[in-house]
Parts: sequence; structure tokens; C-alpha cells
Amino acid sequence: MIGAIRSALRTGFALIEQPFDRLFGPALNPLAQLGALGFFFFWIVAVSGIYLFVFFDTGIERAYQSVEYLTRDHWFHAGVMRSFHRYASDLMVVMVVVHLLREFAYDHYRGVRWYSWFTGLPIIWLLYTSGITGYWLVWDKLAQYVAIVSSELLDWLPIFGEPIARNFISTGTLTSRFFSLMVFMHVAVPLFLLFIMWVHILRISRPKVNPPRALALISLAALVAVSIWKPAISQGPAELVRVPAEVGLDWFYLPLYPLTNIWSNGAVWAFLGAFSLMIAVMPWLPPLRQAKPAEIDLAHCNGCTRCAEDCPYEAIRMVPRTDGMPFPSQAQVNPSFCVSCGICVGACPSSTPFRRTQDLRTGIDLPEFSLKALREKVVEVASGLKGPARVLVLACEHGAAAGRLKGTVVLPCVAMAPPSLIDFVLSRDLADGVAVAGCAESACYNRLGVIWTEQRFAGERDPYLRARVPRERIARIWASALAVKRAEQEIAAFAARLVTLPPKRLRSPLPPSAASRPEAREPAEARGQP
Amino acid sequence: MNRALHMAGQFIVIVALFAAVAWLSDHPAYRQIPQGSAVMMLTFVHGADRRGECRRLSPEEIARLPPNMRRVQDCPRGRRPIYVELDLDGRNIYSASLPPTGIAGDGPSRVYQRFVLPARTHDVAVRMRDTARAEGFDHERRGQIDLAPDQLFVIDYRPGSGEFIFR
Repeated sequence: MIGAIRSALRTGFALIEQPFDRLFGPALNPLAQLGALGFFFFWIVAVSGIYLFVFFDTGIERAYQSVEYLTRDHWFHAGVMRSFHRYASDLMVVMVVVHLLREFAYDHYRGVRWYSWFTGLPIIWLLYTSGITGYWLVWDKLAQYVAIVSSELLDWLPIFGEPIARNFISTGTLTSRFFSLMVFMHVAVPLFLLFIMWVHILRISRPKVNPPRALALISLAALVAVSIWKPAISQGPAELVRVPAEVGLDWFYLPLYPLTNIWSNGAVWAFLGAFSLMIAVMPWLPPLRQAKPAEIDLAHCNGCTRCAEDCPYEAIRMVPRTDGMPFPSQAQVNPSFCVSCGICVGACPSSTPFRRTQDLRTGIDLPEFSLKALREKVVEVASGLKGPARVLVLACEHGAAAGRLKGTVVLPCVAMAPPSLIDFVLSRDLADGVAVAGCAESACYNRLGVIWTEQRFAGERDPYLRARVPRERIARIWASALAVKRAEQEIAAFAARLVTLPPKRLRSPLPPSAASRPEAREPAEARGQP
Repeated sequence: MNRALHMAGQFIVIVALFAAVAWLSDHPAYRQIPQGSAVMMLTFVHGADRRGECRRLSPEEIARLPPNMRRVQDCPRGRRPIYVELDLDGRNIYSASLPPTGIAGDGPSRVYQRFVLPARTHDVAVRMRDTARAEGFDHERRGQIDLAPDQLFVIDYRPGSGEFIFR
């Protein structure tokens, strides 16, 4: 059931992301920047809130008047800031909800990723508390409605001796001190929210907390345009002797409020409790079957830190050397953070398939799919390639080519393949070309696999793809699991291009058979030199 | 030129999304009570009599108490529930026994009930029993109220004067 929902959602996201990818490009695709946009809108809300506080008066009578003053008399700066404050808050809710759905759709919430999912739950509660206390402060008809329904909801809980909702049924019971309390809450809760947002990203390496500058500028300009087109305004002053019968609800923050009228306060609490419980336990429904975490082989680790640099999950840290080797540090894997993506294997300079030791070992390896197994698989699959253009596909198990049967080696992530593997395939003439087929650029399952692969191939990130490797014999195909047809077309086009290329001049100094010669000497490049 | 068109397209898409969010921030309007209706609310916080009579302590009993806790009377801590009835146009629409609040049952009883009514004239009668009596009521008020559309009419109880307030 959960799997079917996830699959349907994933299809939906993949369909939406394709046109967004075309229009914005993978780097600016807002759907790939949801978390960063959430932070961005938080800061807009914070700055605009501080600005508005300059004009706001916490008096029972003056609260509404001060908000009207800044909205009407100073519309061109304070009024725009008010719109910023409201719409950025609403957009934050949108970002949080879509982010949650997307992480669920792409199965980014189970296994070791439970932490980020779980800490997202208090973010939802705190975000809603922040927004609801904000609506309260304006003290218009909507504020009156929010105050009454919120306090009726709170009164349902057996924690208050006297119903706090009674404060809002007649004039004279409400004091300015109450507004001071609400202002305090409206400041304190968002501060706590920011703290939990920091906790939320603690286990993520290189978290995206700022959207790309171009996307931020476009969003800011769009906010200005919308704020001028439809400024946020009040809904008439609160009148406690009258029922706020009709209000313009903020459907992002207050969708459950009408339910208190249809169900009951107890039922709404039950719904919220059930929703929170479901979110909290989802990472274990069912638990993700995870491959064994990466393991360090100290005999092949010189503490170069590349694996720790490249790990997208903060699962590797450098610790003081323990084996007496003349290196200051060694890598250490935290098994509870490791998702076994293999990106560290691709980052390790010892991960070179040219090594001719009997048992191919590297500094860091996956126990269930080792570098040795990868090399053997590549050699085996390549031996079956036929025709004028033999294309070996290195496919990510989450991308479009994962389901290919012929000429394809499937990896947990394409960044598991060290660049030297491409060199190995071409120099040994195992294939005429290598197609590296990963996830869609804006939706890399392991966050950084696509970026690291691109940077390694471009010579911008260690370990580099050697200059001697002919780039025209490499195809990079970034396509989601839905874009199988496109991936096949690109592979076919690549094969057609290969036929037209002049013969390869890239040759290994050693005969092809040496790769599997157990008695062979280990060359210099196998000693960890890239 | 192409890049400018591309950026314009990006801006238009973002503006459209933001505009939809802005529109949903106060649309569609929600009406919580039907047009032409009002809300009558019965709400008060009031502590009923204690469950039992207070007993006067003997001088020996007082002497046995720690000096800082000596008192003349020993009263049971818990309070009785309050029984309340509300009639509208001669028909009973609410009756309840309101238990005292608090873990020890020594807090006041409380009620907070809202009734959505047509906006017109109504006959209202509210009665309450807060003592040990088994029959009849200790407090009662009747009256005719004229509800305007969207009006909030509150029936409260003022413990100081021991009377129901219509406002």
C-alpha cells in the first residue's frame, strides 16, 4: 500500500520535474531546491517580521490600528513587507509540504535517513504555531476567528483550569498584556523553529540552505510583483460582540480550523495525533533493507580525506591513525549514517581497477558490492558486447538505465565508479564507449552522485578522469526512472556517434590479460597514486 | 535573446505559483455559520458547594495538628458537580452535569457551549443546581432575546452576585 502510494507520487514528481528541468535547468529547478527555498523564505519572514515590529503596537486597541497604518499609509515599504511576511510564510508551508512528499516519493526517509525525516516533524508543528500566532496579532476578524478556534482547541486539552476561549467572548476580558504574550510567542517559536531546522540538517553533508542566487533573485522579484498585485490586508477590526461569520482563511495555515465545526475539537486533535504518529513511525513502515555499510581497509588508506569530503551523509570522518602508518589520519565509517551508496569507493584514489594484485582491494569498499566485484562484472558484461559500436553502460540503480539487461552494469550510484574504471574499460578495449547513466540531475537519489561524477570527469574534483581518456567516447545520461525511452535514445545516438569516430589510440602499457594475472607485480598507480 | 526569454519564462512561472499561493492565503472565504443566523453561547466557570458538610474540630484535634496547619474546621476537598439546563423556545436544548475540574475534583466546574440559532426573537431559560439539593434549582433566569444576524449572545454566570448574565 505504502509502496504503491510512493510509486504513484514518484511518477507524479518525475512528470512535473521534467518540464521544470527544461525551463530552469537542473541547477535552478525549484523542485530540487525545496529545502533551500524553505530556508530562504524563513529568512524573508524573519527580516520582514523585524521590519514590521517597528510599526506594530501591542495594545488591544492599537494593534489593529498600527497594522492598518503600516498597510495603508506606508504601503510602499511596510505594506510590501507585510505581504512579504505573509506570502513567504505561506510559501514556506508549500516548500515544507512538497519537500516532505518528495522525500517520501523518492524513498529518502527510511534506513539511516530516518533522522532527517523524524526531525522534520517538530518543524511542521513549530511552523504552524509560528504562523497561527502571527495571524492572532493583527486582531482583525480573522484574528478573532483564529483566537477563538485556537483557544477552543487548547481548552479541549485538560491543562487549563479556566477556558481561555472565554477571553474572546466579550470586551473587557482581554488586555494588552495578552498581545505582549502573543508577540513573545511569535518571536520565540520561530527562533526555536530555526534551531530545529539546524538539527534537521545535521546529518547531511553540504546541506543546501541557500538556493542558487539566480533562483533567489527571481523568487524575490516574484514576491515583490505579487505583493504589489495583491497586498496582504486585514479583514476589518475584531468585534467580540459579533461572530466573525465569514473570513478569508489562509488555507495553508488554517485548513483544519473549519474541521472543528464539522467534526469536534477532540476529533481534530485525534487527527493531528494520528498524523504526527504516522509521520514519526513511517521510516520503519517497513524498515528499509539496507546493504552493509562501507568498510575501511587501513592497509590501502592513506588518510587523504576524499571519501569524507564526498560522502553526502556525513557518514565518514577522519580520526587519528591507529595502525602506526606514517599518515596523520584515517577514515572511519559511522555505520548508522552510511547508506552504502558507494560514492566513497569512487572517491578513493586506491580504487583503481588497473591494480593487478590477486585480490583487488581499496581503501574503502562496500562489503556486498566490492570494487573487485565491480571490475569483474564490467569485464564480464563487456565480453558480451558485439557490433561496430560496443557501448558499456554504467547505470545507477535509481536511474533510467537501471532496468537494461544487455551491456549494463548497475551500481548503487554512478559516482561509485572511479574515473579510472572508464580509463580501464577504454584502454583495455573492453568497449568502444562508456555511457554513464545516472538519476535525473535535479533528483539524484544520493544527492551528490551526479555532481561529483560531472566534476571528476571535468577534472574539477579528485579523483580526476585522466586527460588521455577520449571524452568523445563517454556519454553522460541523466534521466529519471521514467525517462527510459529518452535514455535508450541517447545510448543509441551515442553508439551511432562512436561508429563515426576514428579508432581509439588509448592503450594500456600492459596486455589486457594482465588484469587478471594473480602473480603480476602491482604497478605504481595501484599504490594510491591517481 | 534566448537567455532573456528563458529567464522571462522562469519569472512568469514563479510569479504564477506565488500568485496562486497569495490567492489561497485568503480565498475562498469560509463561512462558519449560515447567513441569517447568530450564535448563543452558554459559558461560565463556577465552583459548586463542597461534597460534604464541614466539621468543627475539637480542641484536642486542633492541638494534634502541626502548629502551622491548625484550623478550626475540617472540610472535604472535593466539590459537587453542577447541574445545568438550557431551554430555547420552550424546548430543552442542553442539560448536563458538569464535574468539578482538578485532579482532586476541587476545582470549579466549567461549561462552554455554543448554539447556532436563526437570527430572530427567542425565549430562553437557564437553570442551575450547585448545592446538595436533589430537586429544583438554585439559580434560574428566563428572558426573551432578539438575535441579530452574526450576533454573539452570551449567557454567563456571575458567582459574586449569584445570577445569570445575558449579554
